[in-house]
Amino acid sequence: MKTAIVVLAIAVSLVLQTTLSGPMAGGPIAVNLVLVALVYLALTYGAVTGILAGALGGLTQDALSFGIVGIGGMTKTIIGFAVGVLGAQFNLTSTVPRLVMFVAATFVHEVMFEGLHAMIGGRPFGLQWSATLIQALVNSLVGVTAFMLVERGPEAMQRRRMHRGSFSRKRF
Amino acid sequence: MGGAGCANNPDTRLARRTSRVELMLDIRKRTGYLFLAVMVAQVLLVSAQVQTKSGVKVLQAVTFELFSRVQFATASVVNGGRNAWGNYVALRGMRAENEGLKRRVADLEVKLQQEHALAVHSQQLQALLELKSQATVPTLAAVVIAGNPDPVMRTVTIDRGSADGVLADMAVIAPGGIVGRVIGPVARHAARVQLIIDRNAAAGALSERTRAGGMVVGAEANPPLRMELVSNLADVKAGDSIVASGIDGIYPKGYLIGRVEITDRGSGLYRTITVRPGVDFSSLEEVLVVMVPSTGARAEDPK
Repeated sequence: MKTAIVVLAIAVSLVLQTTLSGPMAGGPIAVNLVLVALVYLALTYGAVTGILAGALGGLTQDALSFGIVGIGGMTKTIIGFAVGVLGAQFNLTSTVPRLVMFVAATFVHEVMFEGLHAMIGGRPFGLQWSATLIQALVNSLVGVTAFMLVERGPEAMQRRRMHRGSFSRKRF
Repeated sequence: MGGAGCANNPDTRLARRTSRVELMLDIRKRTGYLFLAVMVAQVLLVSAQVQTKSGVKVLQAVTFELFSRVQFATASVVNGGRNAWGNYVALRGMRAENEGLKRRVADLEVKLQQEHALAVHSQQLQALLELKSQATVPTLAAVVIAGNPDPVMRTVTIDRGSADGVLADMAVIAPGGIVGRVIGPVARHAARVQLIIDRNAAAGALSERTRAGGMVVGAEANPPLRMELVSNLADVKAGDSIVASGIDGIYPKGYLIGRVEITDRGSGLYRTITVRPGVDFSSLEEVLVVMVPSTGARAEDPK
């Protein structure tokens, strides 16, 4: 079940990312949904899931981007492992620590990704801090929203359903 | 009792072992190893795609480098083992071989010394032969077989005696010059020779350069010869050759006795002259006996 959830989450994030990257290409707002899904999975299920999800998502992203396959995989594997370990060591169930975790993961991911490309691919280190900051904020917002939806969504739906039920009884 | 029996039950042990193996294989308990494995796999994947500056794939280059290190280490171990084994095997026979070689070296040293002695001996014989061929007098080769136990008496014993025609007062010479004279009694196969350096020995002598005459006598000094009865007026210098004058009737005329080393004007009428012998008496081995009786012996001979 967990494996299916992981694979599904990565697949959905990839599909959404490739779908959204068309309209947002060249724009100031950028988001890395695969990274968001990865951090979410690592915080939820732990380091092992983070490692495997990072490797899976990163390699798939690399393969689809026609770059050097493995750089994104290594980066996301490290991120998944680190986030999973930190999530097991600290209490990251509230919103603010999760926000911080998403922001930090985005920054670390971008620095490592650019650094590895500079080292291995031979291209200059071209990290744009402002764009990375925006991406980190967007990622964190998306991630925290996803957490809230998953954690509070069923409860809210149940409340809403209960509220609808009581209204019907009053009405009839 | 029941608990111990249950612990020793094969099924229980098998179950424990199985759970232990499952625990070992459960990657969820081995996050670090999993992380490491995934990272290494991806590093290899990246290396397979990236090329070095020389155009070789990084994976190939790293693999070759690592493999070459392994090969180097393996070769070092194998060579070390082979060398150690070879040295050990070689050492096993080394002691016996060493002993054999030592014996052989000793034998060869002895042989070398024998060869050297033979060579020297042959040189001496050759010199003696040349002297004999040059000598105008008949000679008989003899070998020094003994010295004198009394260091004051400078005599040697030769292996020729009366059976060979050796008589008393016969001169004995060597390639270096005059050695001495035979003194009696002469044995049948041996004779005693008084060396010219003996303090009781004397010989008529003259300077070969100026023909200044005198008498050479033995002396307990260094050099062991002294030339006496040479006038202060005579011209004798260091380095002059002193030869037998033949006036004593024993030593053949013209044979070298020695060379002047020091010459001084004495307090009286005669010079003080020291002479270095021409013969090395410390290594006297072969000599020639001049087979001419002395003048005195010939006079006494009734024939």
